[in-house]
Amino acid sequence: MTDPDASRDIDTTEPGRAWTFGDDIDTDQIIPSRFLVSSDPAELGEHAFNDLRSEFASDVSDGDFVVGGHNFGSGSSREHAPLSLLGAGIDGVVAQSFARIFFRNGINLGLPVLICPDADRIDDGDAISLRLTEGTVINHTADERYDADPLPEFLQTLVDRGGLKPYTRAKLGTE
Amino acid sequence: MTGKTISEKLLSEKSGQDVRAGDYVEAEVDVMMTHDVTGPLTFEVFEAVTGDDPELVDPDNTVITIDHHAPADGVEAANNHNLVREFADEYGAQQYDVGDGICHQVLVEEGFVSPGDLVIGADSHSTTFGGLGGFGTGVGSTDLGTAFATGELWFRVPETLRFEVEGELPDGVYAKDLILKFIGDVGFDGCTYKTAEYGGSAVEALPIHERLVLSNMAIEMGGKAGIVAPDERTVDFLAAQTGERPEIPAYTQPDDDADYEAVYTYQAESLSPQVSTPSNPENAVPVDEVVGTDIDQLFVGTCTNGRYEDIRIVADIIEGERLAPDTRMVVVPASRSVYKQMMDTGVMETFVDAGAIVQSAGCGSCFGTHQGVLGDGDVCLATANRNFPGREGSMKSEVYLASPATVGASALYGEITDPREVELNRYDDYVLEGVSA
Repeated sequence: MTDPDASRDIDTTEPGRAWTFGDDIDTDQIIPSRFLVSSDPAELGEHAFNDLRSEFASDVSDGDFVVGGHNFGSGSSREHAPLSLLGAGIDGVVAQSFARIFFRNGINLGLPVLICPDADRIDDGDAISLRLTEGTVINHTADERYDADPLPEFLQTLVDRGGLKPYTRAKLGTE
Repeated sequence: MTGKTISEKLLSEKSGQDVRAGDYVEAEVDVMMTHDVTGPLTFEVFEAVTGDDPELVDPDNTVITIDHHAPADGVEAANNHNLVREFADEYGAQQYDVGDGICHQVLVEEGFVSPGDLVIGADSHSTTFGGLGGFGTGVGSTDLGTAFATGELWFRVPETLRFEVEGELPDGVYAKDLILKFIGDVGFDGCTYKTAEYGGSAVEALPIHERLVLSNMAIEMGGKAGIVAPDERTVDFLAAQTGERPEIPAYTQPDDDADYEAVYTYQAESLSPQVSTPSNPENAVPVDEVVGTDIDQLFVGTCTNGRYEDIRIVADIIEGERLAPDTRMVVVPASRSVYKQMMDTGVMETFVDAGAIVQSAGCGSCFGTHQGVLGDGDVCLATANRNFPGREGSMKSEVYLASPATVGASALYGEITDPREVELNRYDDYVLEGVSA
């Protein structure tokens, strides 16, 4: 699994399998509330998409990607949702649009989240990779490239420093 | 240059910069809140960033409640409760325990939030505080854990959608019906990254417990905040609640020429009771489109509609009656004081006599883990805020969302019923009763 605290080379990812989902995937579906008694990424990862897609947790591999439609990660503020995806080994989430809190949780945790209007062109099982700084999603299976929104400067700064925790440590002088 | 919205003014004030929608700021927060589910992760983050000498930057305004698994429904939840107690004890945070109530209601009742405050909570319904004229917003545990240490957080200054309701609300139409209608009109993601500002004569006439409903469910259209500009009514409410009359800061009032992304205008008299059908709050329809839908369970409670005035409306309807055969009703007061008010005014007895179940204060089955979860094929009509697949239990259950009046009327017939068919009441804020007019 991925250590969410570890600084990562997030500019360019290796190709990985795309797991596609539809519109309005809310955080209850990403990680059902009965599993929130844990805050451990690996344990949460074992229950990611438990009720929606039960084979996900057993079949997912390190370096895979989650691909959503519109409004991915809506509903509750639970950071357990992006944490469960990191715990499952997911290297990034691409969606046509994100719900606000999921998006900022992703940024804060250093989980790449890319807004890509063409995310619906990606089929389940396609091999994709991300070019984060330039904002590109490459679909190796379909041999296509899609534009994604590059991160605003302030958020890029946060991501470059490894997320909000390292950023705050620097601010507090507790590095 | 056009004028500013409440959000632009408030985030300018809190960041010390002159900012507009789309700008990024680091702003000082006034109140921070978490609970038994998002708390443990928040504590980990706080301790990870503070090094050898961890200290809360503002312990008097750091609030932690135990409300989601309250009372504990399992050993892991009970252990998390102990983490909350230990953390609060060690660092001096303000802690509320099992049975004290839902975080949002506790913050309102205990006077933590004043007009103009910037409030962050590791719970998406932290938008609720906009009903008091604050900027309340839900954040993640990393956001909150770092803010515990710094008192600051980053924000993108949101654009604003303005919802104006003019006129007088007709019988059977409450704030819950308004917000379901707004969500239905703009969609589940129609206000994402944005603030919903609510105004117009019908909104200004709303008591505070109803304004809190509008703000609470801003998140169900993706909203970052949902704000009603504070006024004398807000001050009267807080004075009755806390004994102190807060000032209304100028930056809580929008400019007349504020630059809104869109303005939605409604005439109150033309609105009808709304029901959101499974499984998305945006599926709002006038109640007559779903009248007759069979209901197995009625759920009265949550941070949306679990206040005394909401519960009283249901009690008025079912007083002296029995629940329809083959239905069950679960009532979960939003706080201990609501529970006490139910006891003091005979409302508790009304529910017990009617065959309903009254639970201790907390989130109840809205969180889907206990106190009345739904099984396969169950259909629930709830005063709650969410009806996602599996939200209240089985993925094969269904939840309809409605006002307390619609839930009360439906309890008599075991099917969704137009509340205008029964005698209805509308209440001012209960806390103002006994305060000289």
